[in-house]
Amino acid sequence: MTSRQFRRLATRVGFWVLVAVVLIYAIFPFYYAVITSLKPSSELFTVSYWLDSLDVSNYVTIFSQGSFVRAIFNSILVSISVVAIALLLGVTASYALGRVRFRGRTTVMLVILGVSMFPQVAVLSGLFEVIRGLGLYNNPAGLILSYTIFTLPFTVWVLTTFMKQLPMELEEAAIMDGATPWVTITKVFLPLMWPAMATTGLLAFIAAWNEFLFALTFTLTDSQRTVPVAIALISGGSQHELPWGPIMAASVTVTVPLVILVMIFQRRIVSGLTAGAVKG
Amino acid sequence: MASVKLDKLNKVFGHDHIIKDVDLGIGDGEFVVFVGPSGCGKSTLLRLIAGLESITDGELRIGEQVVNDLPPRERGVGMVFQSYALYPHMTVYENMAFGLKLAKTANETIEERVMATARILQLEELLHRKPKELSGGQRQRVAMGRAMAREPRILLFDEPLSNLDASLRVQMRNEIARLHQRLGATVIYVTHDQVEAMTLADKIVVLNAGQVEQVGTPQELYQRPLTKFVAGFIGSPTMNFLPAEMVAGTTEGCRVHANGIGELDLPQDPGRHGAGDALTLGVRPEHLGLAPASGDNSFEIVNVEYLGNEVYIYFEPKDGDTLLIHRSEAPSCWEIGQHAALLPSVANVHLFDSDGCALALISTRDAA
Amino acid sequence: MTTTTTLPRAPERARPYRGTKVRRQRVRAAWTFLAPMLITLALVAGWPLLRTFYFSLTDGTLSTLGDASFIGLENYLVYDNGAWYGLLTDPLWWRSVWNTVFFAVVSVSLEAVFGVIVALILNAEFRGRMLVRAAVLIPWAIPTIVSAKMWAWMLNDQFGIINHLLMALGLIDSPIAWTASATYSMWAVIMVDVWKTIPFVALLALAAMQMLPRDCYEAAEVDGIHPIKVFFKVTLPLITPALMVAVIFRMLDALRVFDVIYVLTSNASNTMTMSIYARQQLVEFQDVGYGSAASTLLFLIIALATVAYLYVGRKQLQLGGD
Repeated sequence: MTSRQFRRLATRVGFWVLVAVVLIYAIFPFYYAVITSLKPSSELFTVSYWLDSLDVSNYVTIFSQGSFVRAIFNSILVSISVVAIALLLGVTASYALGRVRFRGRTTVMLVILGVSMFPQVAVLSGLFEVIRGLGLYNNPAGLILSYTIFTLPFTVWVLTTFMKQLPMELEEAAIMDGATPWVTITKVFLPLMWPAMATTGLLAFIAAWNEFLFALTFTLTDSQRTVPVAIALISGGSQHELPWGPIMAASVTVTVPLVILVMIFQRRIVSGLTAGAVKG
Repeated sequence: MASVKLDKLNKVFGHDHIIKDVDLGIGDGEFVVFVGPSGCGKSTLLRLIAGLESITDGELRIGEQVVNDLPPRERGVGMVFQSYALYPHMTVYENMAFGLKLAKTANETIEERVMATARILQLEELLHRKPKELSGGQRQRVAMGRAMAREPRILLFDEPLSNLDASLRVQMRNEIARLHQRLGATVIYVTHDQVEAMTLADKIVVLNAGQVEQVGTPQELYQRPLTKFVAGFIGSPTMNFLPAEMVAGTTEGCRVHANGIGELDLPQDPGRHGAGDALTLGVRPEHLGLAPASGDNSFEIVNVEYLGNEVYIYFEPKDGDTLLIHRSEAPSCWEIGQHAALLPSVANVHLFDSDGCALALISTRDAA
Repeated sequence: MTTTTTLPRAPERARPYRGTKVRRQRVRAAWTFLAPMLITLALVAGWPLLRTFYFSLTDGTLSTLGDASFIGLENYLVYDNGAWYGLLTDPLWWRSVWNTVFFAVVSVSLEAVFGVIVALILNAEFRGRMLVRAAVLIPWAIPTIVSAKMWAWMLNDQFGIINHLLMALGLIDSPIAWTASATYSMWAVIMVDVWKTIPFVALLALAAMQMLPRDCYEAAEVDGIHPIKVFFKVTLPLITPALMVAVIFRMLDALRVFDVIYVLTSNASNTMTMSIYARQQLVEFQDVGYGSAASTLLFLIIALATVAYLYVGRKQLQLGGD
C-alpha cells in the first residue's frame, strides 16, 4: 500500500466515522428515550444501551390517566385550529402583500417581521389580561388565539414569498376573465399554492404542538392542558423521584408523530425553513 | 365586434412618461399590429386597452362607449398572453369555460360556446387535458380559445408567438391570419417582429418611445416611411442610410450629393430645406444597381452571402460602420475585394432631414 | 393614411394620477384581506405589548389587574429611605441578564460551528445522504420540553447514561450533578439547546452551499488547492450572508429562551434567564407591575437586537417593497 492510497483510505474512513458520530449524536437521545420507555420500572435504574425485553407498562400507565389522553386531544385541537386560522388569514394577507402594490405595504411587512421577533414574555401580562377579558382563560380557545402571535407572522411571510413567485400573467388572465381578487385567490392561486400551504401548515403545526410558555401560563387545570405542559408537570413523590418511565413513554408518544411527519416531508420542511429565513 | 378609438392617450408611471398623446382609430374587424423596439410602449398601450393598466390621461372608446374606468370584463375584450398563462390546474375545457362561469352564463350556453370555439381551433380532442399535457402550439391555441370563448368585441394578442420555435411560429402566424379572415374580429396584436407585423396586419402602428411614428398598411410603411425610424425598422435586410447634402432644391425636386455616390436628382420636395443642409439618403438593398467602377464613387465588397434564391453583397461604408447591403437574385458574379459603383434607383430613394422626417415626394403632395 | 406625427414634442407635463376602478378595487381588496390578520396581530401582540408597558408603571398584581395604580418608574428604580430599590438594583435580574447573554452567545456560536460542519458532511455526495439528512432533522422536530426531559434523564446524576459512560471511560471519578451544580448546569442547558438547534443552522448553511457555483470548486480542484483552504477561501465567505441571517435569527431566539431552562433546571439562579425571571415575578409571585418591568426591559433588549438584525440583514431582506 502506497502512502497515497493509505491517505485516501484514511480520508474515507475518517469521513464515515464523522457521519456515524453525527448520526449517533442526532438520534441517540431519542433512541434512549424509546428504550427507557419500554423498560419495566424495576430495570429503569440500571443503564443499558439496548433492550432485553419489551414492556409496555409505562404506556399503559400514561394512557390510563385521563389527563394525558385529554392533553393529547387538546394539543391536536389547538394545533389544527391554529394552523387553519393562520393559513386562512395568511393566504389572503399574503395575496395583498405579494401581489398588490399599495402604499404602506413595506410598513406592514416590517410590522409582521417585528412581531415575529417578539419575546413571548413581553406580551405575557397584557395577553393574560386580554384572554381573561374574553373569558378564554384555562380554555384551549385562549391558546389558539395566543398562538397566532408566532404562527401568523411566519405563515404570512413564507406564503408572501411563494405568492410573489406565481406568474403575473396568470393573475392578469384571471382579471381578463372577470375574476375578482377573492375569486383569483380561491379558484386560481389556491390550487397552485397547496405545496406551500402544506409546508407552512406543517411548520406552524410543529410550532403550536411544541409551544410551552403560553400553555403553561394560560391554563390551570389538567383537563385543559396541552401535551408539553402535561409532560413538564408529570411528577412523582418528590423532585428526586420523578417517574422517568412514564415521562419517557409520554415523550415518545408525542414525538413519534412529529418524527414521522419530518421523515415524510423533510424536503418541504427544508424548503419552508429556508424560504422563511433566507428570504425573510 | 367593435371599433376602438384612442384620443390623446397618456400613461405615466412615477416619473416615466410611457405613452405620450397617442391618437389612433381602429376600424371594426380590422387587424391592427403594434410594432416597435422593446420599451417603445407597445405592450403598455395594449394593456391600457385591455384595462390592466390605468389610463393617466386621455380617452379610450370601444364602440361608442368610453371605457376608461371599466374593468376588463366589462370592456368586452379577450387577451392572449405571451406566456399563455393557462390555468395549470384546469383542463382545456375548464380554462375556456372559466370566464363564462364567472359571468354566470347558463351551463348549456357555456358548453355550446366552448364547443364551438374548440371546433374552430381544432381543440375538440384535447378538451379534457391539462395544459402540461399539451404541446406549445396546442397551448397557444387554448390561450386563443380562452380569449375567444366569451365572444369579446376585441381580441388582444401580446407577443403571442414569441415562445414558439421558428417553424411553429410561421404555422401559428398562418392560423391566426386564417382565423381572422374567418371570424372577422377586431384584433390588436403586439409584436417586436416586423415580419409578423407585415404578414398579419391590415394596419400597422409603429411606436417609438411612447409615441406613434406612423400608421399605415404594410405596403405604405414599406414604400413610404414617414420617418427614418420607420424606414429602418420595417424591411429586412434593413434600409441603407448614407449621409448626404442638399446641393440645390427647386420645385422640380432636390439635387443631393452623397459621399461615394455622387450627385442625384431626386423627386422630393425640398420644403424648407436649402442648399448645404445635411440629409440622410435611404435606399433599400433591392433598389441599388451595381456597376464595375473604381475611385471615389465606388465601394469595396467585404462579404457576399448566398441565400439560395438571392444574394446579399456587403460594402464597406465611407462613413460610420454599418455595412451597406445590396440584394439581388442569385446567381451573382461579384466577389469579395472587388469595387463597384452603387446606383440607387432614383424613384425609390428616400430622403430624411436631420430630425429624421421624410421629405415628401412632389407627386404625392400634388395628389394630396 | 390615418395619422402622422411630428417628432419634437412639447416637454412632458406632469399629469394628475388617476387610478382605474380595477386598481382602486385591488387596493381596497388588499386592505380588506389584510384586515383580519392585522386585527388579530393587534389583539394578540400590539395591545398586549402596550398593556405590558403600562403595567410596568403600576403596582398591579395578578388578581387586581383592573385597579392597579400608577406608580411611575418605581418598578424600575426608586429611592426610598436612603437606599435604591427596583428592578435595576436587583442582583438577580442582572444575574439573569448576564446568564441570558452568556447562554445566547455561547450556544449560538457552537451551533454555527457545528451547524456548518454538519452542513459540509451533508453537502458531500455519499450513499444514504437523504437518510442522514432526515435523521439530522429529528432533534429539530422534537418538542423542546421533550428534548429537555430526555436530556434530563440522560444527565440524571445517579442513573443517567452520561455519567455512567464517562465513568466507564474513566473520565470522571464520581457522578456529576449536571443540572443542579453551579458549575455545570449552564453548560448542560447549552448542550441541550445546541443539540436541538444544530439542524436549523445546518439546513440553512446547506441550502446556501447548494446554491454555490460548481465551477469555482472545479477550478480549485484543477489548481490542486487543499480542500481546507478551499473551505476557508471560497465556501465560508460565500455562505457567510446566509449564515449571518441564521445566526441572528437564532440569537433573537436564544435571548428569549424559556422552555428548556424551565424544564431542566427550573428557577435555579445559576441558569435563570430574563424570560424565566420575568415569568417568575409575573406568575409565581403574582407581581405584575414588577414582572412587566422585566418584560419591558427584555423587549427593549430584543428590539435593539432586531434593529441590528435589520441593519445586517438588509441586503438579504426584500421587504416586499421593490
